[in-house]
Formats: sequence, structure tokens, C-alpha cells
Amino acid sequence: MNKAVPAHNIGSYVPMIDGPEKVSGRAKYTADILQPGMLAGRIYRSPYSHGEIVSVDVSEALKVPGVMAIVTGADCDKTFGVLPIARSEHPLARDKVRYRGEPVAAVAAVDDAAAREAIRRIKFTVRELPAYYTAKDALAHGAALLHEKKSGNVERDVLFELGSTTQGFAEADLVREAIYNCAEVCQNQMEMHAAVAEYDAVRDRMTVHASTQVPYYVHLMLSQILGMDMSRIRVIKPHVGGGFGCRTETLNIELIAALLARKVTGTVRIVTTREETFITHRGRPETDIKLKMGMRKDGRITAVECDCDQRGGAHSGYGVVTILYAGSMLYAIYDLHNVKYLGRRVLTNTPPCGAFRGHGTVDIRFAFESLVDQMAAELNLDPFAVRRANLLTAPTFTDNDLMVNSYGLPECLDWVEKESGWRKRKGKLAKGKGLGMACSHYISGASKPVNWTGEPHATVKIKLDFDGSIVVLSGAADIGQGSTTILAQTVAEILGLDLARVRVVTGDSEVVPKDNGSYSSRVTFMVGNAALDAARNLKAVLVSAAARKLEARPEDIECLGEIYRAGAQDKGATFDEVVTEALKDTGTITVTGNYSTIPESHGGKKYRGAAIGGTMGYSYSAQVVEVTVDGETGVVTVDKVWVAHDCGKALNRLTVEGQVQGSVWMGMGQAMSEEAAYHDGLMVTANMLDYRVPTIQDSPPIEVGIVESNDPHGPFGAKEAGEGSLAAFLPALTNAIADAIGIRFNDLPVTPDRVFEAIEKRKRALEKLPKKNGSM
Amino acid sequence: MARLLECRLNGRDRADAVADNVLLLDYLREKVGLTGTKTGCDGGECGACTVLINDKPTLSCLTLAVTVHGKRVDTIESLGVDGQLSAVQRGFHEKLGSQCGYCTPGFIMASAGLLRKNPNPSEAEILEALGSNICRCTGYVKIIEAVKFAVALNAQGVPP
Ligand code: FES
Ligand code: FES
Repeated sequence: MNKAVPAHNIGSYVPMIDGPEKVSGRAKYTADILQPGMLAGRIYRSPYSHGEIVSVDVSEALKVPGVMAIVTGADCDKTFGVLPIARSEHPLARDKVRYRGEPVAAVAAVDDAAAREAIRRIKFTVRELPAYYTAKDALAHGAALLHEKKSGNVERDVLFELGSTTQGFAEADLVREAIYNCAEVCQNQMEMHAAVAEYDAVRDRMTVHASTQVPYYVHLMLSQILGMDMSRIRVIKPHVGGGFGCRTETLNIELIAALLARKVTGTVRIVTTREETFITHRGRPETDIKLKMGMRKDGRITAVECDCDQRGGAHSGYGVVTILYAGSMLYAIYDLHNVKYLGRRVLTNTPPCGAFRGHGTVDIRFAFESLVDQMAAELNLDPFAVRRANLLTAPTFTDNDLMVNSYGLPECLDWVEKESGWRKRKGKLAKGKGLGMACSHYISGASKPVNWTGEPHATVKIKLDFDGSIVVLSGAADIGQGSTTILAQTVAEILGLDLARVRVVTGDSEVVPKDNGSYSSRVTFMVGNAALDAARNLKAVLVSAAARKLEARPEDIECLGEIYRAGAQDKGATFDEVVTEALKDTGTITVTGNYSTIPESHGGKKYRGAAIGGTMGYSYSAQVVEVTVDGETGVVTVDKVWVAHDCGKALNRLTVEGQVQGSVWMGMGQAMSEEAAYHDGLMVTANMLDYRVPTIQDSPPIEVGIVESNDPHGPFGAKEAGEGSLAAFLPALTNAIADAIGIRFNDLPVTPDRVFEAIEKRKRALEKLPKKNGSM
Repeated sequence: MARLLECRLNGRDRADAVADNVLLLDYLREKVGLTGTKTGCDGGECGACTVLINDKPTLSCLTLAVTVHGKRVDTIESLGVDGQLSAVQRGFHEKLGSQCGYCTPGFIMASAGLLRKNPNPSEAEILEALGSNICRCTGYVKIIEAVKFAVALNAQGVPP
């Protein structure tokens, strides 16, 4: 009898399988690709915010020794964009420029110095147009239009009312309204944008290496922009140094590299500067929110009215989706009725915004949780009690038809309340210290992808051959979140094998199945489910081979990973023997796994765009933040964060913790220090000193509690873990500051300047008051 | 103008003709082909390019290549013995101090520099040593754990 037992990994702490490459410097990122004869590419960017192009004179630039080719808008009249309904962008501006920094021309030269010299010699002439740097200015009556077809400079407006807010407010004991402003923020991922394009003129084939989250979308857009058949294009995604959403659409950089490569019939590498990476933008828009809420004495929310303006920048990008998310994701966290939402996505002469981590949900959640906290205080209710008074009961559908199957928010609340010592400590901390809490949620992938083709949402292939190694082929883009590791774990778990037997191949369109990419936290849920399906299919092949070999019925075969046996008394066959048997049928074994979302998850039709927000599973998060506010300087120190995240099931506790900590911390940057600021349309914070992300010395301990609500559709019960905890930090912080010093901040970021000013203002106001006996 | 640069790079002697204005970062990446050292900013803001010069963590993007003439330069590629990961590398791998990995070479070299000088740093000393390196993925919590784990491994004899 054999004592073999299947190996398990799901639910444990598993270091990333590509970790050794990353810690040894062997992991190759796009800028690390060096090829003999490779040319250096540089982009000439518009110094004007808005203007009609009169001429782009490259004659002097072409004379610079070493310059091999220059492309301008004249080289490509096609447009690109992630949403099929909003493809307004040219890789290089034609007719008009719409923001400072928009690409106008690009140079390929033998080295970077020559390319830079050529850029200096390009002469660009425009007829300037009025430019608008705020949503308000762009919306003003009579403002010049950025895009002819977008009247009023509105990219998209959204209006819905579900239930009756009039009735809801009438039922309330307290109605409050407040105004919020969240500054524009950038992903500022550590790897700067880069692309390497190689054109093979003999075969008319293009190969592009790109630092992207969405190789498939890049493939589509390359075909469109180059006018090349998709079969002639190959897209490779090397290691990617973070994305956080700014690479969830094709960027002009990879398209420009390809245009240059074709023009010189060679290989061109573009590595942008940090400043250019900032200006390429795709971050979270500056958002103005007016929020009105009705609440009963018991904490029940009776109505919500929300106005939301987003300064979208000069092109649509994901804009239509962002403004829709902001409205739809008011739902699916609490039991909410009587909601009215008015959203406007505005076109402005600033770099285009995009789908930053927590896409569309973050600023709205900040406003919502802030107002809840403020009203709870007025009604003398504990903030936890108010959340508990408004919980959903899963399974359910929200008023806007979002399907909620698993709901761990109650357990998240319990965990952070207990671990932070909330009940004992709240209101009893030393002067200048405070505790605040808030909740947030996020989707596990959009149930309807932006490019709807009718195919399964995800496909994974597994190959098994004579060598006995399991090779998983997936188009999922690992950008540091660990998706490759999750796929390996999933397959190893089903087959009962050690992770060492599994290899994952990703990131090359020539080899791997198409995947929509890494965004909206879809990978673990959708690609994970496809991997699960593929692994089960492979197991079925192996079990039937084992049955043949052991002369037993397949249903009697027990898979112990390295051993297959027919009953406890059977000595069984080794994995290698089973593989050899299985290969007799077909030679190399390849199996496919698919995953598709169910129609019930596709959201509703109650208003235009109501499908946005639909997902198979929502993650939930609750947070408590403890702060110390220095009343003299206005400096806020975050002493500690407790966060509980309902990820359905933690497939890998190590990476779940890492994702949750990373999200919370990124929320902290947005809440406290990060802001993209402009002067006459020029981003003046386009470097890492002025765009201030927290350093290790500014960053608090973040204690993570994992809540497992076991989603009925998630792979092993899992839901997303990488985005949902970001949003709650923002309001938890301002709620904590309000607790500490009694001042509520509705504008982000809450910088020391703002805090200092608010404290001073209050001091002055108090000084003016006539002194009363014994009270202050 | 080019001049002769002789240095001991990752334990091996090397001589190259290098122009006066070439940065150490570009020399390492583009000329030698050691792309483990990363560029994360336009100069001096992120720490991704950190290497050790005579064991001292230094920003290679703010160092002219010719200034390392006659010195020892160690990059991420030099760490580990007999193909095994060093203590700091193991810390970052096993404790998830690295997610996307792009900041990782800089953090690892800054940590290795710290441990070479001070094998038993306090938490405050760790934070100070890593205070000019930016990571956008981890929130730093697991980076601190990684370095502490490396300190423990180093105490057991695993080189930093
Ligand atoms: S590359 Fe950023 S500090 Fe050197
Ligand atoms: S691991 Fe991605 S920036 Fe640090």
C-alpha cells in the first residue's frame, strides 16, 4: 500500500512562483530588452493646451546625424480608445492638440542623445484655442468644444432615480447635504512606460513588447492603427512593474513605437521619462461631489441624492465607464433604496484620466462614508451601529439589478471593531488622537467585458507531455499582483501535485490563449475559474488513463497527486506511469478550461449603462484608522490601520495580505499627500518629489483580517482582494481626524497645510466669540 | 571624451572606455547589460537604481560612471552564493517584500548595504536605511518583515 497524499496549497502562505527572478534581477521588464541595432525612440509633445495644428516642421530635426525616421500625425489617420463607442484619440495629434504633453511627433535615432537633439529641433505651430483646466470652466456656456461631437464638453451624462428620493427624504429624521472635492491622482507605478517594437519587413510582421495590463487590447489597437491584419501582429508582455489601472488601455507609447518601427523597418525602443509617464496619466479624475442623505433615528438610510462631476481630461479613455461606476456602485454595499444619481464626465484640456484602482468607486465612497459618519454623530449613533442598520442580506439583487451572492461585510465590521479595541477606546484616547472607521467594496471583474465578442470570459489551456511537467498557458497579465502564482496553485491543487510540477506560460500572444487582461479585479475570479475547469478536465484524462492501467473503473480511481490507485489496498500507479499511459491515446495532452459569467450577473437595463457594476462577486472591506494630529503643525500621523477584507476565500494568504496592505496604503497616499496639480495645463507635479507618495517612514502598520464568505461562484469560493480595500481608507482617515480634533475635511488630500489652516481658522473664530464663564 | 574605467564589478575586474557624461546606471544597464538595476525616475527621487559602491548604497542615476574607477561596485546580480538566494533576497521573496519587483533590486541593495555595515539593525535603523526608496505595491509592511527575516537568516550564517 502506498502512503502518498495529495499536496495542498490553497489557503496557505505561498511565495510568488516568479519571486526568485524578481529578487535576483533576472526578471526582464520592457526597458530591459536590449537588441543589437535597436533604435532609441523619443516623443515630441505639445507645449500648448489647446490649439489647431498649423504645421509640424521636422526638416531641421531630420538633419541631426543619427536620426533614422520621424513620424507625425500625418503618418496615421486612425483613432484608438478602449471603449468601442469612444475612440477619439490619435497616437500622434492631427488637426488639433488638446492637452499639454499630447504626442505630436516621434523620432527614432541611433541613440538617445541624437533622438533628443532632433526633438529640440522640431518646430510646431498652432492657432491657440481657449483652454479649460477645470470641469466648471469647460462646462461654462459658450466654451469652445474639445471634440466637435461632444456638445457642452460633456463626454457623458448619467441620470437615474430608482425609488423616490422625495418620499425617502420625507421619511428621514435627519437630512444633510455636503460637498466634497477629491484631487486628481496618478498611479505612479514604479516602472515607467516602455515599448519595444520590431518590424519584420520581409514578412510584414510586427512584434511589440509593452508594459501593459491588457496585451489583447494592445493587439486590437495595433491592428487598427497600423492597418495590419491581426495575424501579422504579436504582442509580448514582459514583467510589468505595476499598473494600478493606468495600463488597462492601450497607451499611445506602444502605438508610436510600432509606427516608428515600421517606418524605419527595424526595432525601436521607447522608454519614457517619469515626467512623460505622469503626463500619459490615466489616473483618477478630479471629482466634485454633492451628496444629500436622509437618515432615521435608528441609523437607517432612507434616501440618497448624488451629483458627481469628473474632470476627465482631453479624451474619453474609460471615462464613460468611470462615471457610470460612480453611480452604480452606490449600491451593493448597503441596503439602499430611493437613490438619485446625476453624473457628468467632462472633457478638459488636461491629460486623459483612466481606470485607477477602485475604478469609479473611490471618491464616491469617500463622500458617502464621510456623510454617514457626520450624520451618525449628530444622531448620537455609533458608526458601526449605523452600518449594521443598513446591511444587505445575501443572496439578493439591488434596486439597480446587481447580483449579490456572498456578503462578508458583517464579519468585516466585527473583526475591525474587536481588533482595534473600538468599544473600549473610542472617545477615550489622549488629546489629538482619534479613531475613524469606514467600509468599501469592489467588483470581481465586470460581468460584461468592454469588448463583447460572445466568447467565454476566460480560457486557459494546460499541456502535459512526456516530461510530466504541467504547463499552464494563460493570457492573464501578471503585473505584480501574483496572478501567475494563483493559476499555478489552482491547477496544482486540483491535481494534488506539488507546485514545483507546474509551470505557467503567459504574456505572448503567439503562444497563450487570448485574455481580456488584468483589470477590474477579474483575473482570480474569471481566469481562476477557467484554470479550475482546465485542471478538472486534465484530471479526468489522467483518471481514465489510470483506470485503464490499473484495470479498474474510472469512478473507483483515487487521485493522490503523485499516485493514482484503485482502492486503499491497491499499490497504484505513479503519476509518470499514468502520464505515459494517457499519452498513448493522443500524444501530447492539451486540455482547455473556460469560464463565462451568468446572465443574472450582467446588471440591469433600468437606465442607459446600467450593466456597468454587474459582477459575479463583490468583495467587502471595513477599516479602522487611528491617527494623531499635531495641533501646532497640522501634521497627521497614521498610527495604525486595521482592515478586514472579505475575499470569499484566500487562495494565497500571503498575496491577499500583500494586496490588501498595498490597497490601503495607496488609499492613504490619495487621502493625505497625492495630487496632480497643473499650471496653465502643465502638470507641475510630474516627478516623485512633488507628487508625494508615502515613504516607508510615513507608513503605518496595517493589520489584515481575512474574512471568507465563500462565494458560490468563485474559484474555491474566492473573490477579489486587490482593490476593494482602497476606498475605505479615505473616509476612515477623515473620520478619525474629525474624532481627534472635531474638524471634518471634505477635500482631499488632507495635507498638513489644510489641517493647519483649519485649526487656525477655528482658533480665530473662537477668539472672536465672547468668553463665557467656565466654558470654551 | 571617453576615458578608461577600471573597477571591480560584482567581484570581477573590468575595464571599459566610457564617456565622461555617462551615468553609472546607464553604464551598468546599457553597456554591461546588467539590467537588474532599475530606472524609476528622472533622477534621485526613487531609489530603484541603488547599487553598492565599496559597500555603501548609492544612487547610480546620480553617479557618473567614471567616478567608480578603482572601486568595488555590487549590483543585485552579485548577491547569493552557489546559486542560492542571499538572506535579503530570501526575505523579499519568502515574506512578499516584492510584488511587481520593479523597486526590489533597489530595496534589496539598500538592505544588503545596511546589513553589511550593521548586522543587527533596529526597526528605526531599517526605516532610515530604506527611507529614500519608493515602493508603490506593498505599502512597505512586508518589506519591513522581509528585512527582519533577512537579519535573522544572516545571524544563522546566510550572507546578506
Ligand atoms: S532612478 Fe530614481 S533615484 Fe535613481
Ligand atoms: S514591488 Fe512594485 S513597486 Fe515595489
